[in-house]
Amino acid sequence: MMRCIIIDDDATSRLVLKQLCSKVKKLNLIAEFSNAIDGIKYLNTNKVDLIFLDIHMPNFSGFDFINTVKDPPNIILTTSDRYFAIDAFEYHCVIDYIVKPITMDRFEKTIAKLEKLQHKTSATSAQVSSNSANEMYVNVDRRLVKINIPEIDIIEAKGDYIKIKTETGNHIVHSTLKNIQSKLPDATFFKTHRSYIINLHKIVDIKDNSVLIKKDVIPVSRQNKNELIERLNLL
Amino acid sequence: MESANLEYIKNLTENNEEFERELISILKRDFPIEYDGYKLNIEEKNYSGAAEIVHKIKHKITILGFKKGYELASNHENELRNGKSELKDSFKKILDNISAFIKTL
Repeated sequence: MMRCIIIDDDATSRLVLKQLCSKVKKLNLIAEFSNAIDGIKYLNTNKVDLIFLDIHMPNFSGFDFINTVKDPPNIILTTSDRYFAIDAFEYHCVIDYIVKPITMDRFEKTIAKLEKLQHKTSATSAQVSSNSANEMYVNVDRRLVKINIPEIDIIEAKGDYIKIKTETGNHIVHSTLKNIQSKLPDATFFKTHRSYIINLHKIVDIKDNSVLIKKDVIPVSRQNKNELIERLNLL
Repeated sequence: MESANLEYIKNLTENNEEFERELISILKRDFPIEYDGYKLNIEEKNYSGAAEIVHKIKHKITILGFKKGYELASNHENELRNGKSELKDSFKKILDNISAFIKTL
């Protein structure tokens, strides 16, 4: 459900919008205001997903409202004037511009447009989040180098630096094991020793107090060995 | 000449009588006040004040089915903002039509 409010100085306009909102199940009209100032006060303490905003209001216009609100939610401008349309789309929060009197057909088109936009936005943010979960940028010689986290084999502490060994190459980075460990998924990476973090998926075998990853033999401290064994899928 | 009707309101309400009654009661309450305010501002030659009221009345004009009346109201609002009132008599005819219609509701 989208939590929406109406801001319009004209009572008939508010009532028409209220009726239109009542016909769309996804819309939950939570408040209405006859002036923009009251709308701003409400926004300061309440979560709102969508605003139906009149442009032409005495003293404080719809554009004044948009310019005042920090990070405004999606806005659908409603107005009796066609000539504000170009100005309206200067604002990224403005989804649509509806000229009164608003018909059900026109209202439904606007809501469909909003849904399409929200779908696109959520798909994009899911993609970004999924990508960022698998990527890490490290500072190497004043360059930010992207590392694909699943491709990391071993991370080794070397004084004030760490050496990140990956499938495609090694990187020496000024950082600590503790710092990089906080950026890695716990389910995949394990600290075997005070100087080593390994990717559990890259283990070839385990013998005594060491693990083999590719051709590297990595020490496992006595206190970490049991936990390592517990993390493995033993037959 | 166009005349006021409830076609838009009926389409919008889809037989929701409560909503229809509420909308009509707002029209009956607000329109006479706005009309009086308009007349007063015109008499006083306070054209910017009159323009503000014309703007508010425009929505009522459209929901009562005046298509040409809306264009006339928009032009009148613009000319008032420019200090002119040549369309005031034509606009008054629309307002009188609405007044008479509202009394029948």
